[in-house]
Amino acid sequence: MTDATLLSGRGLTLHFGAIPALVDVDVDLWPGEMLAIVGESGSGKTTLLNVLSGRQRPDRGVVWYRDPDDRLHDVHAMPAPALRTLHRSDWGFVHQDPRQNLRMNVSAGGNVGERLMAQGARHYGDIRAAALDWLAQVEIDADRIDDLPRTFSGGMLQRLQIARTLVTHPRLVFMDEPTGGLDVSVQARLLDLIRSLVARLNIAAVLVTHDIAVARLLAHRIAVMQRGRIVETGLTDQVLDDPHHPYTQLLVSSVLNA
Amino acid sequence: MKGYNFAYLDEQTKRMIRRCVLKAVAIPGHQVPFGSREMPLPYGWGTGGIQVTASILGSDDVLKVIDQGADDTTNAVSIRRFFARTAGVRTTTATAEATVIQTRHRIPEKQLREDQIIVYQVPQPEPMFRLEPSRVETRRMHALADYGLMHVKLYEDIARFGQISISYDYPVMVNQRYLMSPSPIPAFDNPKMDRMPALQLFGAGREKRIYAIPPWTQVKSLDFDDHPFRAINAPHPCGLCGATDSYLDEVVTDDHGGRLFVCSDTDHCAERRAAGYVGTDGMKEAAE
Repeated sequence: MTDATLLSGRGLTLHFGAIPALVDVDVDLWPGEMLAIVGESGSGKTTLLNVLSGRQRPDRGVVWYRDPDDRLHDVHAMPAPALRTLHRSDWGFVHQDPRQNLRMNVSAGGNVGERLMAQGARHYGDIRAAALDWLAQVEIDADRIDDLPRTFSGGMLQRLQIARTLVTHPRLVFMDEPTGGLDVSVQARLLDLIRSLVARLNIAAVLVTHDIAVARLLAHRIAVMQRGRIVETGLTDQVLDDPHHPYTQLLVSSVLNA
Repeated sequence: MKGYNFAYLDEQTKRMIRRCVLKAVAIPGHQVPFGSREMPLPYGWGTGGIQVTASILGSDDVLKVIDQGADDTTNAVSIRRFFARTAGVRTTTATAEATVIQTRHRIPEKQLREDQIIVYQVPQPEPMFRLEPSRVETRRMHALADYGLMHVKLYEDIARFGQISISYDYPVMVNQRYLMSPSPIPAFDNPKMDRMPALQLFGAGREKRIYAIPPWTQVKSLDFDDHPFRAINAPHPCGLCGATDSYLDEVVTDDHGGRLFVCSDTDHCAERRAAGYVGTDGMKEAAE
């Protein structure tokens, strides 16, 4: 662990009754890096994401976050207002189901502008301009700005969610299966979009996915989880081309041309 | 009145309400829960306001009750008579004479003074109730001063209608901290709340909430820098007294499209007419 880590979890342990969801997990994330967490359903991927983002408190362990002023914060010891502020400015969360994040009865422009307004933006023209700019960046036509999200297709909703999340230029984004539930061609476009945006804005991201191909395409590093433990971690190509742990080998060999 | 305690409510209830009022005054704009009692009138007719009035009323107070600015509508007359009977206090229709003013949906045109208290009847104390259905969530938003959602509503209005289309119950920020519903007063009255010399108390009986604005507190209507708050009023003078600066009601006078715009504050209008001001319709009346 070098000084420059953006987010690091140490000894994270969480049990749901008798079920071990996380067992002594260590995670590090550096600025501008994308870390994929892969594993089968029920392996604790999403739980780890929730614990890292402060949405769920672990039984044991600590999550450190380094703010832009180089101060370290224990995410789970932060006061609720500070964590809330972090979540609506420096951090972003992209859900698998965009409906969880978007306000379905508010126009696309309002959805994109909400985080700006929550941060204190009080100039309608500027907010509107930012919304238009972000809609363009996620390839949504400018004339859809006043349409309600329920008139959008699944892929557009996911892109709108990404615009809404990135509008405040977060440094760290948590993504929970961002391409889940989309058909293959839409997935490909979305992956392309995420990759270019993340690279251009130098965003660090924790990406949870069960899709090895998505991890290969987007992630710099990969962590493989099984029954609440990280069984293997390393550079994406290294882990996927030369898996050491038997479970990783099984996972990689079970995917067609990954 | 025999068989009733002074001002209808028992002393314990009044003490409970006064404690809530004190807390509300200490935290301007914050909604304080209170044990709302059954009152001898239905919810929505002013049960919250009437309980607050009952608990602050003293025997030497002078009470004025208005409903939509008028002293002579059912709600105003009934509540005024209720306190005249159960508390024996003097009642008035003159704003300047009153020490306690209970109001539904208006603020009197005449500037209130430091020795006066205005009590608002509030149907829905939560300003974000149409935007966020969960009360647990809105409480958290108030606690964290997380009011982006309210601005999203204003943004939506401008995007759809070109202007903020809220004409009454226009949300305000109290003392730069709490978002507050001003009760369904017209947006026209919002500027009167800002740094008002009188104490402002709000009672919501059905929702069991009391909140308050202490005298001289900053009250700011929400807006955008490039779409500032505007008080909207009908572009007419009052037909009876000719006032151009008061809030007007539109009255349909016949079935041929006849309209009469009159001051909604009846006391203000009567006072002006007594002082010799006459509007266009007032002149016709005199001619007939």
